[in-house]
Amino acid sequence: MKETRKWDTRKTDYLERMSGAEPYVNNGKVVAAEDTINVLEAVIRPFDRVNIEGNNQKQADFLAEALIKCDTGRVHDLHMVQSAVPLPVHLDMFEVGIAKKLDFAYGGPMGGRVAEAIKEGKLELGAIHTYLELFARYFIDLTPRVSLICAYEGDADGNLYTGFNTEDTPAIVEATKFSQGIVIAQVNKLVDKVTRVDIPGEWVDMVIESPKPFFLEPLFTRDPANITDTQVLMAMMAIKGIYGEYGVKRLNHGIGFNTAAIELILPTYGEELGLKGKICTEFALNPHPTMIPAIESGWVKSIHSFGGELGMQKYCEARGDVFFLGPDGTMRSNRAFSQTAGHYACDMFIGGTLQIDKYGNSSTATASRVAGFGGAPNMGCDAKGRRHPSGAWLKCGAEFTSQSEYLGPMPRGKRLVVQMLESFGEKMVPSFVDELDAWQLAKNANLDLPPVMIYADDLTHILTEEGIAFMHKCQSLEERMAAIRGVAGFTDVGLAAKPAETKALRDKGVIKTPEDLGINRARANRSLLAAKNVRELVDWSDGLYDPPARFRNW
Amino acid sequence: MSRNLHEINFEFKTENPTDFSGEFVHFGVVGSGDMEVILEHKDLGGAVRAKIVTPVTGYDEVWRRVLERFVIDTGVANASIEINDNNATPVVVSLRLRQALSEID
Repeated sequence: MKETRKWDTRKTDYLERMSGAEPYVNNGKVVAAEDTINVLEAVIRPFDRVNIEGNNQKQADFLAEALIKCDTGRVHDLHMVQSAVPLPVHLDMFEVGIAKKLDFAYGGPMGGRVAEAIKEGKLELGAIHTYLELFARYFIDLTPRVSLICAYEGDADGNLYTGFNTEDTPAIVEATKFSQGIVIAQVNKLVDKVTRVDIPGEWVDMVIESPKPFFLEPLFTRDPANITDTQVLMAMMAIKGIYGEYGVKRLNHGIGFNTAAIELILPTYGEELGLKGKICTEFALNPHPTMIPAIESGWVKSIHSFGGELGMQKYCEARGDVFFLGPDGTMRSNRAFSQTAGHYACDMFIGGTLQIDKYGNSSTATASRVAGFGGAPNMGCDAKGRRHPSGAWLKCGAEFTSQSEYLGPMPRGKRLVVQMLESFGEKMVPSFVDELDAWQLAKNANLDLPPVMIYADDLTHILTEEGIAFMHKCQSLEERMAAIRGVAGFTDVGLAAKPAETKALRDKGVIKTPEDLGINRARANRSLLAAKNVRELVDWSDGLYDPPARFRNW
Repeated sequence: MSRNLHEINFEFKTENPTDFSGEFVHFGVVGSGDMEVILEHKDLGGAVRAKIVTPVTGYDEVWRRVLERFVIDTGVANASIEINDNNATPVVVSLRLRQALSEID
């Protein structure tokens, strides 16, 4: 039966909302900063799905601060759909009743408050996603009605320049605007002509010059001065035992000192092993400052970035053969595309975690913090839709012993998913545990399932100071658990290892120690690092890297 | 800065001893999260004697396991091991002990 109804209610609703904002919009699409609260109250309705742009890097902080000052009689019970909630104001929103429900990907420093707000009934959690998963839902069942975004420059027609830190903006704007939603941008500077049109003016309804530039967190900057000898040892094992062994060319590095150590010994240890050109040629990666020596030594062909890293802009612009630059000469990051690249076009993910359980599941959640995972699970998993071959992918698939249980003799590759961690974390907290804290968190915060960053069936290698466990080579859960015990050091999990069993796994090549790999532990010290502090990174970059003040200690 | 230091002593014997060849090795620095170790040749009838001075309490059993594993894996014998610790993790302890030993070779 054909339905008789109006098919343009979204459009009508859009026009109605925009007419409320009209008195504050001048000179094209420009709104004065002092009218921000007025326009937000005019276009946002109770229970709306609203996006505040922000991830682990840039933040539309001015618009967030304005939203919380809205009259709660007019704006309340919003359903926030946003990548991240790392600022206090994101959680204050739930305290005062502006917001009620949250779907997100990353909590970062506010992880504790998210858990608390859920427990107190102030925050109704939809779900914890990965970035890509959340972007996907923006186009299916979590489409924002109003999005509050940020850019470097904007003009009176609404054209935006998001440049180096383009990040999530295109995904948010496309989902919102093409469902007749409202897009409001805070810009650092109103200009006559933007440096480059990253977002066309037609897709933006209002532009507000904020009193301060948007907030940027240099989350991916690691000071080489803090890298330890143990991390150097593990980096040597990673390069010789995994990168070299599989010929890993296309990859993503997680955040942290372990992978920073790898980056910094490529030009020394990696070169010595003759691996230049054979490994680490293409990356989906933020512009890590610790990549500078490897780039300058000619290791890297290409890097596509999720976001921009504070201080790295000029360096990236001067290395146009490596980074993705626009016709104007400045870089453009793009989280949705880079996450897709990390998922489908990379042969390996290597990163750290807080805890691994005795079965090989890992999580960064603790009993009292809903931290979220950002993008790691998109790369820390086997991409089941992948169909193109590569050497590393095929080799790992051929070693994946239990695959034939499902596929028979059909060949298929497998991504290398590596968790790299010391058996004990800070303050002697064991990294290997009987049960993940994520279970307790699920109970405390009423989650439907414990938040797991990487599931055991995706994990192929665990690398600790003890050695590498090749998880995918194991025949059974029992054997995988024995392999984990064999590299879990002096934690309770590791102390349960039976020496004869571990020996048998070493003989089979399921566990490889530094000695098995022919690595001399005496060489594991900081002298292998191509740069030993931030100052030396600046030198490597010919002064193009401009580190944030907190990393300048000379 | 004052703090209470805690002393732990162990003695180990391995099944396949290889005599400790050097006379004396000093390795490492007592920085935060680190330690120094002094390995010294001593005629102990094949045994290894260890003395640890550390601000940390409650981890005597872990210390025993780490040192025992070092002695078994390396077969070191007739040696005294003296460790001055400043909150090193077992990971760092194992690494420093092995690095100290390889200073001799």
